[in-house]
Amino acid sequence: MQSTTRDFKDNVKKAIVEPGLQKALGMMKTGFQVRRLAAIEKLPEFEQLRDQARDIKNHVLENLDFYLERFERKVTEAGGKVHWCRTADEAREAILGICRGVGARTVTKGKSMIAEEIALNDFLEEKGIEPIETDLGEYIIQLRREPPSHIIAPAIHLNKTDVIDAFQKAHTHLDPDRPMEEPTTLLEEARGVLRPKFLAADVGITGANFMIAETGSTIIVTNEGNGDLTQILPKAHVVLASLEKLVPTFEDAATILRLLARSATGQEFSVYTTVSTGPRRPGDLDGPEEFHVVLLDNGRTNILGTEFQEMLRCIRCSACLNHCPVYATVGGHAYGWVYPGPMGAVLTPTLIGIEEAGHLPNASTFCGRCESVCPMRIPLPKMMRHWREREFERHLSPASVRAGLAFWAWFAKRPRLYRLATGMAARLLGLFGRANGRYGWLPLASGWTKGRDFPAPEGKTFMNQWAKREKAS
Amino acid sequence: MPASSPRVGLFVTCLVDLMRPSVGFAAVKLLENAGCRVEVPATQTCCGQPAYNSGDRGDTRDIARGMIEAFTGFDYVVVPSGSCAGMIHEHYPALFADEPETLAKARELAACTHELVSFLVDVMKVERVEAAYRGTVTYHDSCSGLRELKIKKQPRQLLGSVSGLTLKELPGAEICCGFGGTFCVKYPDISERMAAEKADDIGATGADTLLAGDMGCLMNMAGKLHRKGSPVRVRHVAEVLAGITDAPPIGEPKA
Amino acid sequence: MSDARSQILGSIRRALRRDALPADKVAALEARLGDPKPNLIPARAQGDAKTVVELFADMAQNAAATLTRVKSARDVPGAVADYLASQNLPASFVMAPDPELDTIPWSERPTLSIRRGKSEGADQVSVTGAFAAVAETGTLMMTSGPDHPSTLNFLPETHVVVLPASKVVGPYEEAWTRLRAAHDGTPPRTVNFVTGPSRSGDIEQRLLMGAHGPRRLHVVLIDD
Repeated sequence: MQSTTRDFKDNVKKAIVEPGLQKALGMMKTGFQVRRLAAIEKLPEFEQLRDQARDIKNHVLENLDFYLERFERKVTEAGGKVHWCRTADEAREAILGICRGVGARTVTKGKSMIAEEIALNDFLEEKGIEPIETDLGEYIIQLRREPPSHIIAPAIHLNKTDVIDAFQKAHTHLDPDRPMEEPTTLLEEARGVLRPKFLAADVGITGANFMIAETGSTIIVTNEGNGDLTQILPKAHVVLASLEKLVPTFEDAATILRLLARSATGQEFSVYTTVSTGPRRPGDLDGPEEFHVVLLDNGRTNILGTEFQEMLRCIRCSACLNHCPVYATVGGHAYGWVYPGPMGAVLTPTLIGIEEAGHLPNASTFCGRCESVCPMRIPLPKMMRHWREREFERHLSPASVRAGLAFWAWFAKRPRLYRLATGMAARLLGLFGRANGRYGWLPLASGWTKGRDFPAPEGKTFMNQWAKREKAS
Repeated sequence: MPASSPRVGLFVTCLVDLMRPSVGFAAVKLLENAGCRVEVPATQTCCGQPAYNSGDRGDTRDIARGMIEAFTGFDYVVVPSGSCAGMIHEHYPALFADEPETLAKARELAACTHELVSFLVDVMKVERVEAAYRGTVTYHDSCSGLRELKIKKQPRQLLGSVSGLTLKELPGAEICCGFGGTFCVKYPDISERMAAEKADDIGATGADTLLAGDMGCLMNMAGKLHRKGSPVRVRHVAEVLAGITDAPPIGEPKA
Repeated sequence: MSDARSQILGSIRRALRRDALPADKVAALEARLGDPKPNLIPARAQGDAKTVVELFADMAQNAAATLTRVKSARDVPGAVADYLASQNLPASFVMAPDPELDTIPWSERPTLSIRRGKSEGADQVSVTGAFAAVAETGTLMMTSGPDHPSTLNFLPETHVVVLPASKVVGPYEEAWTRLRAAHDGTPPRTVNFVTGPSRSGDIEQRLLMGAHGPRRLHVVLIDD
């Protein structure tokens, strides 16, 4: 997917005046946040489970080579095949090979952020294979030919009217005057259109929420059941997963599963949690004949052993997006690449480079809400700050910011001169601002004063007044 | 119980020093009423957050060294800001992981540094203040204080003892106001939208006064409320708790 | 491909600043895998047999499944027929070729028309058993095999599950322990944990039931 992350500021300008987007984003506060809180209140062990989940993933990352080899061995024993891929390109080629191997013409897909990361759909289309997204949200945005704006609710930026438009344009075989006002009829329509596609597909591609080293199994978690129809109906099931999704045992997965749905949608458990191991067995009446795991690195081993390693604990629950005031203001597309919100602000620079994605870790107030809700206790603000440090070291931050900072820091390190400077500033700003108590415009602060007044200072600094008071006593 | 009259170093913060000295005097009064001996080290400047959050670790460390020097030797260091107290309390030690001597001092300072209102309640065991304020106030929990220092009930407890004051809770009080230090300069469009939402929420409470514990957030919210023409008055919580409300509210002219 | 494999493993080891793990460390990790221990199990999931059955019934209904309780296997055909009638569904269904289901006296309800096998997509109703049920979230656990084609769990619009109470356990871990015992290391191809009927929240975050899987999930719980 082509990144527009460099244009973050322009993307923001458009997003904040887009009424449809703003209306859709407004629903997030009452949805995800309220439901998450309600679910957690019903599970008193939630905080302890967070600690254990963090420790499990840390253990895996410390022994990642062992667990990957073990996982591969068990997949092979179960009759499946692991495809090791260093890059997006290798992963696409591996999938193409599997598709060609079964003579695939159509491919159904469960929701997979890794597929977005490697821009799989465009690639398959180029090669003459039709990819069909089956998650309702993904299907809608595929019809609109746009990327997801949220990692678990890909069409969250849209309103019902957008869906009606998309279905009217795509489902031309249906009566154009059919009633479409009720969201349930839209769901029925998608179900009806997609059902034959499920039955006809040659290959089904899903992601993985977990891979289990003990058994060589993969796990997906969905609510619609599309991921299941995607994997049990076609001839081949391809699991596309990044390598940090490993856990040692089912027990370890269960601990994290107790956090996942509660943190994501506020459900106690998702409707479908599916554990897949190898292809169909002798005597089975259904199920795929081939089972492939396309195991993707794509830069992840580069952050192992660095200050960004903890990001590899992420389980893509989206709690950080759902609680981020910046995400809630600008939506997911403004971030310009696959992963938006706080997790994207940390992850995107590792995947496409800080030169490209420099805005993302900067566009945060460090309010800390993301870290406070992260089930895996990932210190997201700390890692965004690490990105800012790398930018600063490499002189990538804007010259104006650096100059202003250097000017201020020079004074902050010299208390006597600092006193003089702040004394003057307070007097000047106080003098001109006193009549109104505030400024409607200030030089160098037009960004602030465009939409806000700037309060005027009282006129004398505290330190000067205090010094006088001390002298007098 | 705390030592009978602990020696407290007051770090007024750069924003209180420059913009609103009244908050500093309110802090002094509250601390003295609680039985503290207050001193204000003359070489204090800023906690260093602007540099720290811009990725400039070198300058942050230099500034932090100056602060550590200025505030060594007090029983407690108290700050009328959750953000600046959080910087010292949570982040100073991490800056000096590779400098054992400074690290020890940073840890010592971190351990004795508190935000003003939580210090009064949690350390000095202040249960009520002698103050009066006529009006309905609403309270915004600034992010660093709330999430780094877990300050939530302390300001509400003390506000509950102010005679004539009614507290009306602000829905979404835990959501950032959009200030974010350098963020409001680097991304003014997002910052402004966040402030606008906050101003709407504040207006919807029907309160006549907005209080919070951090000058940055207060200036941001006051600026937005004024631009909208809102009549809500904005003050630092310390002013109301100390009964020092003779200065006009933040961003308003002298009466 | 093997080249990619060794490069990935190599870069992991470089990042972790070590070689492949030494034998003693490998043995410790193998031991962890060989004897999987549960982590923290929520108190909610721990209780005697009677408590967990009650909890399962509550939680399944919280997840929008419906449930009827019967005294014995003999009551199942009637319960299924009544349920189908109450939903205005035809009295015919595709049933898993499951020996346990065959012990149910279906013939006592001759109005029921039953086909045994997998689903091809045209069936309105399926009836299956379950390997276990997890009380903590009202979750059914179904395993693929000749006796239980997975398509029955997803293609029909209505899925009826016949569940003896003895199959209800507290936490997921206990269900999985039973599975390990029954399948000797390698799990069946597909293990479905199902909590309520299919749904989607993708249009304006409104909860809509019956996305791609069944829109109705009905449990006939046998208090055996």
